[in-house]
Amino acid sequence: MAKFIIPGYSEDGIDRRGFLKCMAWAGTGAFCVIKGGVLKSYGLSQMARYAAVAGKGDLSFVQISDSHIGFNKPANTDVTATLQEAVAKINALPAPPAFVLHTGDLTHLSKPEEFDTLDQVLKSVKTSRIFYVPGEHDVLNDNGQQYLERFGKGAQGGGWYSFDQKGVHFIGLVNVLNLKAGGLGTLGQEQLEWLEKDVERLKSSTPIIVFAHIPLWAVYPEWGWGTDDSEQALSYLKRFGSVSVLNGHIHQVMQKVEGNVTFHTAMSTAFPQPQPGTAPSPGPLKVPAEKLRGLLGISDVNYLQGKHAVAIIDSPLQG
Amino acid sequence: MRDLLTFSSVALAAMLLVFSFYAAAYGRPAAGPLEDPNDKYRITIDNFSFTPASLIVPAGTTVTWANRDDVPHNVVSTEKKFKSPVLDTDEQFSYKFTDPGAYEYFCSIHPKMTGKIVVQ
Repeated sequence: MAKFIIPGYSEDGIDRRGFLKCMAWAGTGAFCVIKGGVLKSYGLSQMARYAAVAGKGDLSFVQISDSHIGFNKPANTDVTATLQEAVAKINALPAPPAFVLHTGDLTHLSKPEEFDTLDQVLKSVKTSRIFYVPGEHDVLNDNGQQYLERFGKGAQGGGWYSFDQKGVHFIGLVNVLNLKAGGLGTLGQEQLEWLEKDVERLKSSTPIIVFAHIPLWAVYPEWGWGTDDSEQALSYLKRFGSVSVLNGHIHQVMQKVEGNVTFHTAMSTAFPQPQPGTAPSPGPLKVPAEKLRGLLGISDVNYLQGKHAVAIIDSPLQG
Repeated sequence: MRDLLTFSSVALAAMLLVFSFYAAAYGRPAAGPLEDPNDKYRITIDNFSFTPASLIVPAGTTVTWANRDDVPHNVVSTEKKFKSPVLDTDEQFSYKFTDPGAYEYFCSIHPKMTGKIVVQ
């Protein structure tokens, strides 16, 4: 099952109804073509047409998130199996993705054997490269040293970096280190300065895709679902015509469009979390076994060069 | 002889492993049995919160935090006076407060979680 929304290419502003519809699809799979402007939702009959367009994107990659290898409680006592299913889903795509982004929480407890398992499972992904950013579960006890040595080679500071692909500038940020009491995710001064410099040389027409673990927008600060200094980071990206922000951490699909910036969070491959405020805490959502795979999944992202549009297809493992 | 050697090094390694687990669980080396098993000085971690969030204890009290949540948490002094290892479900950490004062702490994995110990 997949639903999708398409923005109007000639209009500006945010259609709240469209936004809410997209949010309501959390976990059921969404197909969103994004280019700022008004969000419009389209019927299922049109999906095939847009999927075909998206399939011919100039750049196609997959985002996976929150694998939590080592987690073994309800509703998922075998998170390795669901990660393997996610890999199978990636490998079944019509065309192999240029690369895969993992937006953090590779492991549950930062244990070496958990990192080993993740590494082993992802070796079977049919793609040229996997890019990572750490989640707070990957930097436990050692401030991220182990993560950096294994998954962040060549990165700056605490593991941030950027790269270019087909004219798109990708920026991987780290917002899970040196968290302050009572606060949210944090990027920190050093990383902010690096970011400002990193984008300085780019033309404003360069499409930007930012990825980080904790959402870079205030999804639900009461549960820590936001980043304290994300506004400063986004201020450096204001002049760019197309900015997409891909996050994980909240184990469900959510989306928001603000000016030229589209925010999107991916499903987990391990366990779902409750929608904001619907439970006493953001702890794992316990769902019946038959519902689990409908709430886990991958995000297939397609970039269309001519139209500067980014299409995101959220597909659950099942359903 | 070789077998015996192998056996003793395995036994030694096992002992060290047990010891390090013990030290990790209690956050201090050579921890004996908990000095104060009294539940009065016990803080439960559940649903992403410390209960009670504020606790007043006499100087010399050992406070124990027990994680009853289904996700890992830790206990970190805001002023870096103490720090627990990461506590998975049903793991606990103890710290002895010898000097009077107010000790604020939080979970550095989920920093929205905060608490305070006042030592009299």
